[in-house]
Amino acid sequence: MTEREKILARVREALKTPAPLPGSHGEIHLPASAKTISTARQWLPKVGESFDEQLALFAKNTAELKADFQLLNSADEARQALLRLRESENWKRAACHSGGLTDAICPPLNLPLLRTDKPYNVHELETCDVGISECDALVAQTGSVLVTNRSAGGRALSVLPPHHVVLARREQLVADLPAAFELLQQKYVANYPSMISFITGPSRTGDIERILVLGAHGPKKLTIFCL
Amino acid sequence: MNFASQFLKDARVMAGDLQHRKIIRTALSHYEVARDQRKASFQSWESARQLAAEAKWDALNHLDKYLVEFTAKIEARGTKVHWASTAAQAREIILQIVRDKKAKSVIKSKAMTAEEIHLNDALEHAGLNVVENDLGEFIVQLRHEAPYHIVFPSMHLTRGEISELFQRELGSAPTNDPEELTMIARRALRKKFLTADIGITGANFAIAETGMISITENEGNARLTAALPKTMISLLGIEKILPKMGDLALFLPILATAGAGQPLTCYNTMYGGPRQPGESDGPEEWHVVLLDNHRTELLADAEQRDALHCIRCGACLNVCPIFKNIGGHTYGTTYGGPIGSVITPHLRGLQDWKHLSNASSLCGACTEACPVKINLHHHLLQNRRNAAAQQPTLKERIGFKSFVQLANHPKLWAFAKKFARLTQPLQKLVKGTRLDPGYHWTQTRDLPDVAPETFKDWWRKRK
Repeated sequence: MTEREKILARVREALKTPAPLPGSHGEIHLPASAKTISTARQWLPKVGESFDEQLALFAKNTAELKADFQLLNSADEARQALLRLRESENWKRAACHSGGLTDAICPPLNLPLLRTDKPYNVHELETCDVGISECDALVAQTGSVLVTNRSAGGRALSVLPPHHVVLARREQLVADLPAAFELLQQKYVANYPSMISFITGPSRTGDIERILVLGAHGPKKLTIFCL
Repeated sequence: MNFASQFLKDARVMAGDLQHRKIIRTALSHYEVARDQRKASFQSWESARQLAAEAKWDALNHLDKYLVEFTAKIEARGTKVHWASTAAQAREIILQIVRDKKAKSVIKSKAMTAEEIHLNDALEHAGLNVVENDLGEFIVQLRHEAPYHIVFPSMHLTRGEISELFQRELGSAPTNDPEELTMIARRALRKKFLTADIGITGANFAIAETGMISITENEGNARLTAALPKTMISLLGIEKILPKMGDLALFLPILATAGAGQPLTCYNTMYGGPRQPGESDGPEEWHVVLLDNHRTELLADAEQRDALHCIRCGACLNVCPIFKNIGGHTYGTTYGGPIGSVITPHLRGLQDWKHLSNASSLCGACTEACPVKINLHHHLLQNRRNAAAQQPTLKERIGFKSFVQLANHPKLWAFAKKFARLTQPLQKLVKGTRLDPGYHWTQTRDLPDVAPETFKDWWRKRK
């Protein structure tokens, strides 16, 4: 008998005695199988139905998270905004991946660009001042950016450089977490990316006297451009 | 000294340590405000808890099915799954991987399961350089200490103590600025991230439906651990299973709310395999180690099976009057606070750890705080009952036998009452000293006076 078989045998033996349902004080229970992703929606924090309400909520949440959210009208405005960041932070090197938005917005930066779509040298990425990526969705409910290694240039681009700039389109805004998981299922169910991450604000820690410090190991700054 | 006497000794010292109490109160006061705000933002926190408890109930009560599904799905994408019945087996599996890879350095993100099996000691003993990369874990590792709290490992330390530690261990300049201290650690650890051969992580959830693990963190250290080293190892208990990926839409926000008063933790990341064809980075090899280590014994106790619902948010510790007074290290266990007091007797032996069931005011604050509705304070009572049934102590046996005699004989009962009334003034003279028969009770408490006349006497006179 392998350890796998031994453990599974112990589990099956243990489960011969049924356990009481949680909180069973005469409440009526749906069988768990009848519940779907969206069952949680009615209990989670409320999100407005219109696009404008959701956009306002996303803006409010990102502000509380100390992320910089900028609503822009065109790729040209995004290029200008990125150039301003380059000046103010004195970027020397940038990293990005290939994509519709990144290809339109990154090259005019006139900086050496490290591409992380293909295998790259991680020590080079470490020297970059900024990582610029696209995303899969923006989540209004929590102010999160949903990325995968397929949509956002691998596992490290969005976490290794000290500043992460996200380029997103307005139609990528989803209302809540259940909607984000539905989107992941629709988009990837046949073949999920090996990394899927909800990024909610810049990297942070409270491990010293519970005082908030940004930039613990990941980026100290998170900028989100929404076109 | 056995575990119980050590516990009593340490608890007495810590309960009188006002400086410690002040640090913990300050640290938790911010948390309490933030947690309540986040809870209030839910349309119904209570219904969310109920739904979460039901999802975990489903997962645990069909654990065999979900473990098989999880394993099949995650192996299909090139992950190697290992099964470990005991802590020793889990250590050996990980050591074997490390030897096969001829690894020299290991970088590790926070994992309570690794604390449970004393993984760092085993790796260091084998000659490896192991570095914890969660800031709090890094701090307690430098102090050669166990984590103080399952979510906030260094909450018992002041910035001054951390500054002194960094000066001594890292040669950094003195500073009292938490931001500067964090940056010292960031710089020291960044070098380790870039050169480590192996990255070790834990997991918060394991998704059966899609064969993924999910890791919740604030710092980005786990994401770097899963991105940079060539080999990745994830160690998790078999109870981490959730049936569906969509369950995370509920579990991620409740974990963040209950654990730290956040709407969502900064990084919630799902991993479904090592680097896949066409992907540009990530580990070439990924090993997932599934650990039993007495979890199936707890599973077999249907009455307390829900203790395996635990998502390790630490909410029960944060509200526990015992934890707040005696502190995390006094428990002497990997998992402290109410959940630790419930599960440790199952994981490490009922008779050795039954004293933890009595380290409770039975106020029920833990049960109320638990986001997955574990019936914590009732389980403490059940552990007391089970411990007494399994091996009653001589004192208790004599005590209860005598009480039965007294209560069954009215004359003896009446005599005892008179006797107590007469002798109580004598007890007052020796109260709280070793001469007092009620010493264990009276050294910190008052014994109420026996009424000057009994109800029966009063009733008789009234007629």
